[in-house]
Amino acid sequence: MKSIKIKNIYTHIILITISLLSIFPFIWLISTSLKGNSENIFAYPPQIIPSDFTWANYSGVWNKVDFIGYFINSMIVAGGTVILNLILSAMAGYPLARMEFKGKKVTFFAVLSTIMIPFQAIMLPVYLITLKLHLVDSINNFMGFMGLIMPFAVNAFGIFLMRQAFLGIPKEMEEAAIVDGCNVWQLFWKVLMPMVKPSLAVLAIFTFIGSWGEFLWPSIVLTKETMYTLPVGVNNLQGMFSSNWRFIAAGSILATIPILIFFLAMQRYFISGENEGAVKG
Amino acid sequence: MFKYYGKYAPYLFLLPAAIVLVIFFFIPFFQTFLLSFMDYSHNIYKPEFVGFQNYINLFHNPVFYKVLWNTFIYLFIAVPILAIFPLFLAVLINQKIRGVTLYKILIYLPVIVSIVVAAIAFKWLYADQGILNYIVTRFGMKPVGWLTDPDFALYSVIIVTIWKGIGYYMIIYLAALMSVPKELYEACDIDGANFLTKHLTVTIPHIMPTIALVTTISAISAMKVFAEIYVMTKGGPLNSSKTIVYYIYERAFENLDLGFASAMSVILLIIVMIFSLINIFCFEKHKYQI
Repeated sequence: MKSIKIKNIYTHIILITISLLSIFPFIWLISTSLKGNSENIFAYPPQIIPSDFTWANYSGVWNKVDFIGYFINSMIVAGGTVILNLILSAMAGYPLARMEFKGKKVTFFAVLSTIMIPFQAIMLPVYLITLKLHLVDSINNFMGFMGLIMPFAVNAFGIFLMRQAFLGIPKEMEEAAIVDGCNVWQLFWKVLMPMVKPSLAVLAIFTFIGSWGEFLWPSIVLTKETMYTLPVGVNNLQGMFSSNWRFIAAGSILATIPILIFFLAMQRYFISGENEGAVKG
Repeated sequence: MFKYYGKYAPYLFLLPAAIVLVIFFFIPFFQTFLLSFMDYSHNIYKPEFVGFQNYINLFHNPVFYKVLWNTFIYLFIAVPILAIFPLFLAVLINQKIRGVTLYKILIYLPVIVSIVVAAIAFKWLYADQGILNYIVTRFGMKPVGWLTDPDFALYSVIIVTIWKGIGYYMIIYLAALMSVPKELYEACDIDGANFLTKHLTVTIPHIMPTIALVTTISAISAMKVFAEIYVMTKGGPLNSSKTIVYYIYERAFENLDLGFASAMSVILLIIVMIFSLINIFCFEKHKYQI
């Protein structure tokens, strides 16, 4: 009994250390964001607890930067991306799971092959196509949002996740619905879609996180500051407040609050390990 | 089963996704190869066909080798650490101890937070008179230019990538550990095996496929690093922290040298496709039921 206890203590010590290392960069950022002008943020030894405690950096950065605007832009982009992913993945996953048609195998491998194509390697032509389709914010805001959303509107992971979900539904469900007079469209939306809700939820959550954190693409296509999503806006803080680390820190923390709330509310989806297959690498 | 759908129904269901995939995946995929044979550097609106000239330029460019080398250093350091350390953590967490959920949440937190915020947080730790240099001087060493010294910049950025990935791979390992039969551990306990032999003889062989999976997916994501470098170093100093994707970005969107950038993209495509093929056909076959 005693040896088990001791072993547990070592386990806890290691896990506490790793946990602290995981959150320390944020703690240090929070600490800096709460330090007033009379406190030297480069003081040796560094002070975790601010001696000149203030919220002024938060109000200061809030007044200069349109966080609400960035937040709304991020919500529109992430929301749009999630909705399109749910609809397009489910619609594509269904025939791949349940129907027989000419070219099924080819379609299957075509979808599978997109997994191997990293966005970073094709972003240049994607950009040229986006320009050609006028999906840019210099046309208008709606087209700008479309340009942010459309390249990520569907992907192979989502299609395979939904295909897997439809494979799990007993065939009798479909037969019963058809006998009751449903056509295939009604069957899909009214009978099958409600049955794959758990998979839709997983797809929605991971698509949301991915879209919310996306940085490369928006920083390529966006030209107007009013269209900035949160990651682009946060990166821009560095240019706006060049060496004012109090403001940069406060702004970074402010921008992190929404996703932190989302994570804590949905944590079981992330840390249970059940949805390992749904996450993109 | 009777056929309840019309001849065109499957195609109509597939159509919306197909349109997106064709426009934003397949056309760009082939266009990347096409662009790599064109020269845009004289007139961006009037590219001319130059055959393999971009590839020749690429292979004569010392920065290309530097960038390739940096990317491989990224692979050689980040991938083994991300394949082994999270497994160790998962084994520790996968015990009947208190506070497991809290540990998991805290260790997973870096995964969820925007890479831009993470990079800024680390930039602050790495500042010349920052907290990390304080710790270094406390140990009697000279302060380090974490992001300004060409000998250190790349490694400083790699640390951020590793720090941000640990929680993600730990959860993948935890899921795999749940599938190891409990009886085997009980047998070990009866035999009086210690912690190390228990995991070397039972855990590791059982989750070998997952270790291989984590290796390939962390290798693929190491090939695609961009935001950390963009936010922290812009590839500098002296190209010391520049990787393939950052170089593509720079040549394409800053120098508008689309042909050269596309030749670079083709190289990236080929490397990632090799990793992906290994991944799909060796480790994820069941997921796609090939």
